[in-house]
Amino acid sequence: MIEIDGLSKFYDNKAAVDAVSMTVETGTITVIVGTSGSGKTTLLRMINRLETADAGEVRIHGEATDSLAPHLLRRRIGYAIQGHGLFPHYTIARNIGAVPALLGWPEDQIRARVDELLSLFSMEPAQFRDRYPAELSGGQQQRVGVARALASRPDLLLMDEPFGALDPIIRARAQDDLRRIQRALGSTILLVTHDMEEAIRLGDRIAVMDGGRLVQHGSPTGIIRNPATGFVAEMVGGVERPLRLLSLLPVADIVEPGTAPGEAIAPTTNLRDALALCLWSGRDALPVQTDDGRAARVTLKAIRAQAQGPG
Amino acid sequence: MLFLILGAASCAAPFLSLAANRIVVGEGVALWRAAPVQHSAPALFLLGLGLLLGLLQSRPVLRVAGAVLSLAGLFWLLSMGAAALLADAGRYARVSPAAGFWCLLVICALLLADALSQLQPGPRTRAAALALTLLCVAGLLKAGLLSDLSIAQEFAPRKAAVLDAFIRHLWLAFGSLGLAALIGLPLGVLCHRHSRLREALLPLLSFLQTIPSLAMFGIMIPLLGWIGTQFPAAQAIGIAGIGFAPAFLALVLYSLLPVVANTVAGLESIPPAVRDAARGIGMTTWQRLFRIEIPLGLPVILTGLRIVLVQNTGLAVIAGLIGGGGFGTFVFQGLNQTATDLILLGALPTVALAMVAAIVMDILIEITQPQRGSET
Repeated sequence: MIEIDGLSKFYDNKAAVDAVSMTVETGTITVIVGTSGSGKTTLLRMINRLETADAGEVRIHGEATDSLAPHLLRRRIGYAIQGHGLFPHYTIARNIGAVPALLGWPEDQIRARVDELLSLFSMEPAQFRDRYPAELSGGQQQRVGVARALASRPDLLLMDEPFGALDPIIRARAQDDLRRIQRALGSTILLVTHDMEEAIRLGDRIAVMDGGRLVQHGSPTGIIRNPATGFVAEMVGGVERPLRLLSLLPVADIVEPGTAPGEAIAPTTNLRDALALCLWSGRDALPVQTDDGRAARVTLKAIRAQAQGPG
Repeated sequence: MLFLILGAASCAAPFLSLAANRIVVGEGVALWRAAPVQHSAPALFLLGLGLLLGLLQSRPVLRVAGAVLSLAGLFWLLSMGAAALLADAGRYARVSPAAGFWCLLVICALLLADALSQLQPGPRTRAAALALTLLCVAGLLKAGLLSDLSIAQEFAPRKAAVLDAFIRHLWLAFGSLGLAALIGLPLGVLCHRHSRLREALLPLLSFLQTIPSLAMFGIMIPLLGWIGTQFPAAQAIGIAGIGFAPAFLALVLYSLLPVVANTVAGLESIPPAVRDAARGIGMTTWQRLFRIEIPLGLPVILTGLRIVLVQNTGLAVIAGLIGGGGFGTFVFQGLNQTATDLILLGALPTVALAMVAAIVMDILIEITQPQRGSET
């Protein structure tokens, strides 16, 4: 568990981060969203003490972060940034193994960990281990950047706009990869972005920042349904709100017995995709696959009820 | 094509010059009359063939071969011509290469350089080519093929002095570089970290750089002279108004700006994301400096050292004026005696030394370039 307690940072007597407190549960992804200048990056950088906090403290598993020397603290916290920041004169293997090497892991253990991570990111170790960052595509470089941040199995992974430099298709794939790997490893991740779409896709919890303050912290559905301020409502995107809400819910939640024409969809399909399919094919209901072979369906009417806002 | 036209034009200029003694102005001897026909014909044939091969723009290997052939012809003619001319002349007669030879030499060398760069050799090939060239020059000198030339006759009685000057010159150029690097690299790192130090130091070093070299040596004379007379201990280790110490110190001062400025520039050339990542993953200040900043800044830092090395090799000649030794000694002796050959005895090795140093440094810089792959 990561506890952020009254963390503040002042520039010229103006608060860039203003007494932010929140708790991050172990094994979850928390996404900090905000416009530029909202203080989200400064907040992130105070956690691994790349910026010094003017007030407040951070505790990782109950232990205050300022009880350690900054460089020792940073070796326990993964760090991935926009534009990856790979060392151009290191091979991919040395880049990924950088933190374990700083921690003094034995050579063969580092090598095994590097290969394990490369495989996890769908990169053939034998093919990539000895290449240099400049020889890789942007998406591959970004994956190596995240692999480096995960290498020493850190207590916490901080990510600052990690997908900002990628084109939309590669970005969507990278987000899915991160989600899959986070589930597999049970990592605790704090990710900063300006993109609410990304926050909704990735976050177990979303923290919205505005003018240095934490204005709302909650689950994606909670934030979309009940935005705390006009700013949050604007961030979750006026007209797109119902669609974003639907994208968070699986068909399984509202499946009912009955038949419908066409090919059956998986119960894990989200409601936004189901809605799109209804509209595109002009159907009022879609059949849903079941384990026991009984007829099940999801109706346009049920989907619509889920998308309706309060009042 | 250009090389061939220039080569043909140079044939019109006198190839060798024959003088009655080392002081008087010599008389020009044309290319085709320099040597007996049994020597000049094949040599001229080689020269012409080589330059013709140089025309084949699309075949760089043949162009290299052509340049080598024409150089061989050129030196053959020089060697044979000098011997033939001296045979018929008086005891104090001197034969030296004239404008025609120098032009042809430059043309052949340019052809060689152009053809070699067309081949885009890697650092290893370039090092091998340099070593081969040096071996050829050494062989040419050792075999006595050029010993009839006036410059060789200036050299013969001064063998020991030339070797001495060579070593002294190396000390002046490389020693001052070493000391400047020892002081300048840490200063550069400090300047990179503390912008206030940089703002104070770099203008001061730029100012030092603008002092004309003669004035700088001049300033050193009373300064070190005073130190030498005030502190016997300083005098005991050779610090005096004239000699090696003031020359060495002046060169070190000249070297500081390129070393410090390039160290700062090299460290600043590192992408901010790389710097941030190095801090973010928990490297200490020293680890960042030695593992990330210096290796990545090295090509730019080495470029600074290359500038210093070439600059100091040239500037060290002026040290001859204040008794600092080195090849400058011969240049200034030659100037006083109006003996061109003696000036050349000092100047040619200096030029050669600077060129070799520059090529070696270029090779080192290329080796230290960070790995580059295909951009996607």
